Amino acid sequence: MTDQPILTLSGISKSFPGVRALNDVSLELYAGQVTALIGENGAGKSTLVKTLTGIYQPDAGDIVVNGQKVTLPTAHSASAAGITAIHQETVLFDELTVAENIHLGHAPRTALGLIDWRKMRSEARLTLDAMAAGIDPDIKLRELGIAKKHLVAVARALSIDARVVIMDEPTAALSQKEIEELYVLIELLKQDGKAILFISHKFDEIYRIADRFTVFRDGEQVGKGMIADTSQNAIVQLMVGRPVEGIFPARKAAIGEVVLEAKGLTHPTEFDDISFAVRKGEILGFYGLVGAGRSEVMQAVFGLTRPSAGTLSLDGVPITPRSPADAVEAGIVYVPEERGKQGVITGEPIFKNVSLPSLGKTSKSGFLRMAEEFALARTYTERLDLRASSLSQNVSTLSGGNQQKVVIAKWLATLPKVIILDEPTKGIDIGSKAAVHDFMAELVAQGLSVIMVSSELPEVLGMSDRIVVMREGRMVDTLDNKGLKPETLVRLAAGIIEEQAA
Amino acid sequence: MNRLMKHREVWLALAIVLVIVLVTLRFSRFAQPANLLTIFNDTSILMMLALGQMAVILTRSIDLSMASNLALTGMIVAMLNAAFPGVPIPALLALSVLIGAALGAFNGVLVWKLDIPPIVVTLGTLTIFRGMVFVISGGAWVNAAQMSPDFIAFQRTVLLGLPVLSWFAIVVAALFYVLMTRTPLGRSLYAIGVNPTASVYTGINVGRTKFMAFVISGAVAGLCGYLWISRYVIASTEVAGGYELTIIAACVIGGVSIAGGIGSVGGVLLGAIFLGVINNALPVINISPFWQMAISGTAILLAVVLNARGERSRGRIILKSAETA
Repeated sequence: MTDQPILTLSGISKSFPGVRALNDVSLELYAGQVTALIGENGAGKSTLVKTLTGIYQPDAGDIVVNGQKVTLPTAHSASAAGITAIHQETVLFDELTVAENIHLGHAPRTALGLIDWRKMRSEARLTLDAMAAGIDPDIKLRELGIAKKHLVAVARALSIDARVVIMDEPTAALSQKEIEELYVLIELLKQDGKAILFISHKFDEIYRIADRFTVFRDGEQVGKGMIADTSQNAIVQLMVGRPVEGIFPARKAAIGEVVLEAKGLTHPTEFDDISFAVRKGEILGFYGLVGAGRSEVMQAVFGLTRPSAGTLSLDGVPITPRSPADAVEAGIVYVPEERGKQGVITGEPIFKNVSLPSLGKTSKSGFLRMAEEFALARTYTERLDLRASSLSQNVSTLSGGNQQKVVIAKWLATLPKVIILDEPTKGIDIGSKAAVHDFMAELVAQGLSVIMVSSELPEVLGMSDRIVVMREGRMVDTLDNKGLKPETLVRLAAGIIEEQAA
Repeated sequence: MNRLMKHREVWLALAIVLVIVLVTLRFSRFAQPANLLTIFNDTSILMMLALGQMAVILTRSIDLSMASNLALTGMIVAMLNAAFPGVPIPALLALSVLIGAALGAFNGVLVWKLDIPPIVVTLGTLTIFRGMVFVISGGAWVNAAQMSPDFIAFQRTVLLGLPVLSWFAIVVAALFYVLMTRTPLGRSLYAIGVNPTASVYTGINVGRTKFMAFVISGAVAGLCGYLWISRYVIASTEVAGGYELTIIAACVIGGVSIAGGIGSVGGVLLGAIFLGVINNALPVINISPFWQMAISGTAILLAVVLNARGERSRGRIILKSAETA
């Protein structure tokens, strides 16, 4: 193995409207080595992967593969340059056979230019056997579990002779046994001289298989080195190492009695034994890594899914919301994480979005009254400082921050007791973030209870009164937010044992 | 978007005027008010059916069973009239709406409770309903001689210068206008078509809303069952065979998006009238009815292309200045 990197990124920048996703980052990948890419959610890891696989074009910077500068205008050019990615949820084709999946886009041809099925199958079998995968190349991909699908993706990487393999949280959906099998495979890829970029939130994995690491924070590369020479604590420092930036609104604690209480909420596959209570005038933060089950718990509280065990009570009265309508009726509302998909009805004007759950109130004997709807929408959007030319403006023309305000306005109009905000400031610009934070402070000051699911440390630490930390569907701890260190939260969420970190 | 919609309707109205003008150049009596009213009356049933279909299409569904529903309801009502001529017409009207709504509810339950794709459900019931026409009639016709005079005369009665059939279309259109723009159900139909996921999160029962859409389309089909039979004065197993496609065509030409969430009562009425004008005009200027199908088809494609262009221009405004402008 030489010390020359196979792939070098330098000075890569990428901006989206309102967000600087990557700022002058660099990255080197070495043959036969695993480089772990570490960072909080939103640090720019996914953007980097998309830049490497030809989905995004960087605004500035160079990509050098094997000493040659390349551009990757399409996904196809990325695979031609020898870069392939294995995603958290495998992007292969369920209805095609394993052999077809392995060879899609580069299938062997016969003299007539038709696909040479016999050769394709035998090559696929050879590759799979070399990996000791035990997969029949002739079955449909659909019949395989997620771990086996990963194997097929790896086989594909081998068959296109990829030099760089990106693994984006490959273990997220795997069992412990399957993870072990994946490690063996990664060793195989290393021996084959592939350069591997391994993205994971789990420190035990990183320390198990990575040789090097690179840490991203807020779209910038803040550190890199050899895993063997670096303590977990040092990496955690790099990930969070910044003052809690931005000014969060000061709040007077006027916390009252318990409003919403959950006891032992359990779902067969998503979460287990979750208990929490949120009081009047309190912001309860839920911190954890993506996929820790926080949103799933909230969806159960909101009646979108039904927990198999556990109880909910509101103001001391037991409730069982069977649908979002039930939850809204009871006084619980949910501002979902995916604004565009789950939040706003794009294509409809602002006022219709705001009034939708309150139509019972604004209509009279079954008929809508537009004037009431406009008045309602005006009242609540003005409170949120929504910027729009008129309330008849289509919400799809609003910026992310303003769309979020529309969703919040919609729920405030139902006069809720508890408002659940799932990643309330994800992907919105700094100015709108501050407006949302100010508004949250105002809500609790008025006696509402707020549950805030957030993966952003400064936000969780800056806004919450208490913080529930979740990991892999379970509650790790509930902490009073007094003198909490960001490192503590990261350790709990990532499952780093105290002794190791000390 | 509203302005765009209006543009599309204006465009469609102009196309209709253009066809009328062109035909009138060859056949001067075409544009006479009496003839235009006849065309309107001829198109009444299509207008109502297309409005019912729109309610379903808005929710990202489709009702292929409308024409079969119409044939079955029409056959039941016609046989009832033949057997018991004394049953008053208002009772028959109410019955046909109820039967139609029940058949629509059957579609709706399958879509709502069993979560079967609407195209599959209604493809099945299209055949089932049509089959039931054979079963109850034994393949026989109910002809004019078997129908009571009232049964035939009712829709031809002229009220304030218009036949009752035309009045039905006007009243149904007015009801749909109120339903779509002035009731929570109408608002929900649009919302779940535009964004079903966000609608669920907002507390709308998407399944029940679709069910209601199918009940509405079924009720309209049932009503039109009686109107169709008494208009053409024959109830047979072939009534309105294949007509479901004409209904959908009227919706699409009228600017209803097959992807759901977009469509207006005005547009659908114009879409139906456009087809009605073409159907009436072509024989007048001696164009073979074979061409009629090709022309209708071209109109559908043109409408879809125009709709697609309308969709595309709805981009996101990213510039701050444009947002506040």
